[in-house]
Amino acid sequence: MRRRIRFSVIYQVILLLLMYIPICVVVIYSFNESRNSTIWTGWSLDWYRKLMKNRSLLEALKNSVILATISSGAAGIIGTLGAVGMARIGWRSKGVVEYISSIPIMIPEIILGMVFMAFFAMLNLPFGMVTLVLGHTTFCVPYVYMMVKASLVGIDRSLGEAAKDLGASERRAFFDITLPLILPAVFSGMLLAFAMSLDDVVISIFVTGAKTNTLPIRIYTQLKSGVTPEINALCTLMLAVTFLLVGMSRLLGGIRKKYPQ
Amino acid sequence: MGQTTKESETIVRWKKTKPTTRRNRWWLIVMPLYLFTIFFVALPMVYLLVLSFLTRARTWGVVNEFTLDNYIRIAKPVYLNTFKESFQMAVITTAGTLLIGYPFGYFMARMSARTKSLMMLLVVIPFWTSALMRMYGWIIIFRSNGLLDKLLMGMGLTDSPQKLLYSYPAVLVGMIYSLLPFMILSIYSSTDKMDWSLVEAARDLGATRGKAFFTITMKLTLPGILSGIVLVFIPSMGLFFIADILGGGKIMLVGNLIQNQLQNGRDWPFAAALSVVLMIFTSVMIWIYRRVTGVRELEGLL
Repeated sequence: MRRRIRFSVIYQVILLLLMYIPICVVVIYSFNESRNSTIWTGWSLDWYRKLMKNRSLLEALKNSVILATISSGAAGIIGTLGAVGMARIGWRSKGVVEYISSIPIMIPEIILGMVFMAFFAMLNLPFGMVTLVLGHTTFCVPYVYMMVKASLVGIDRSLGEAAKDLGASERRAFFDITLPLILPAVFSGMLLAFAMSLDDVVISIFVTGAKTNTLPIRIYTQLKSGVTPEINALCTLMLAVTFLLVGMSRLLGGIRKKYPQ
Repeated sequence: MGQTTKESETIVRWKKTKPTTRRNRWWLIVMPLYLFTIFFVALPMVYLLVLSFLTRARTWGVVNEFTLDNYIRIAKPVYLNTFKESFQMAVITTAGTLLIGYPFGYFMARMSARTKSLMMLLVVIPFWTSALMRMYGWIIIFRSNGLLDKLLMGMGLTDSPQKLLYSYPAVLVGMIYSLLPFMILSIYSSTDKMDWSLVEAARDLGATRGKAFFTITMKLTLPGILSGIVLVFIPSMGLFFIADILGGGKIMLVGNLIQNQLQNGRDWPFAAALSVVLMIFTSVMIWIYRRVTGVRELEGLL
């Protein structure tokens, strides 16, 4: 028995190491003095300094943050209202709409990208921030929706009814009782959506315009042509932000609900 | 006695008042979701289907002429081969994640509650970091004279830099690496719910450890295995950027083909037809999954 437990620990440690090696490599080389990421010449913060001066990279970062904020915000509103409303209506179309709304995270991303590119072109929408926001919101909505839906299941219905029995209006009962209870789920759904939007390459490549760059698109094009360690520095900074976000989301208690225990 | 009448009175009153509360106003708050879903998900999908039957214009754009050519073209050996290769890649990726991920998810479920949540965090973090950043890490490792080359040469296994990057194995590593968390979490969530007393019963009745595992544990964790397979298989058909970055254009998957047709070939109707086929493929997989397990949502997805 003891040997088996030991084996499982060794296996997990090795696998986790393998999972983290590529990430660590990027972080370590962001402090490399040399421009070439095959040789190590010494520690330096040069690439962080250069990054701060790289206008177009920072512009791309700004675009990405704006895009992720708007998309996850819009998804927060649409998804939350939708989940709350869906729990109370008994329409026949409910199941179908719910299914369709989840399509964006079920199918291979490339199909979604292609769909939007063709659809927006047909509508003659100017490709750029507007199309990016629309595209990203569609795959952000399901994350918020599912989280809120799951948290609604766990809420004691009688609480809202008690409020109403005590004379609260439907709206009041919602704002005073239901909303505070589902708020952690709303936020963790939005954080997840934010992270997904910030990281998205596939859909962005298809719906972006010639002038609008998001960070993942910039990184992608550089990975194909030639990377400077500024990208390492940027990735490292973003990793730090991700840790912060994950920490926040855990504090909100949402991440555990994300995966059924 | 008096209390019972009071209670039934309340129930009567509750039943009477409930239909009259203005619950028909709820339609208002589902409207954003309904409208958004119809306009920006359903409608584009319908358009995709229509587009796949249209004709490509000479120079740029699409002509409204019905044709089945796009679908007939897919049957050409070149394109069928791409589908075959994608399928092969997806199967190997899925098998790889299952073989590597199953033990991990299984061991994870057997840990103490505190270690479990720590492990969960450790598995989820790479998942939260940029996919491109992780691919970049692999480039640094795989590139010629890169870390792996140096390691191999240092160990005396090879004496010159190997061409590790831009190869099939490199793409495969990237695929398995990116999709592994899905498998681990699916397996974990179904192993965690498992009733271990059944395994104990089998062992008490004389089953060997192996037999108990294959007859009981495997069957009980089947929903997790299946959901992991779906969660890995579907994206692996479309992850064109991994094949692009780590395969350097040498490996052509359906995703790459669609992207090529869209951005270089400018043949939208053909790209649409390819997407429709891929989509049908995906839907069939999800449908089979639902039929087999009887579950609506994919385990471990959310």
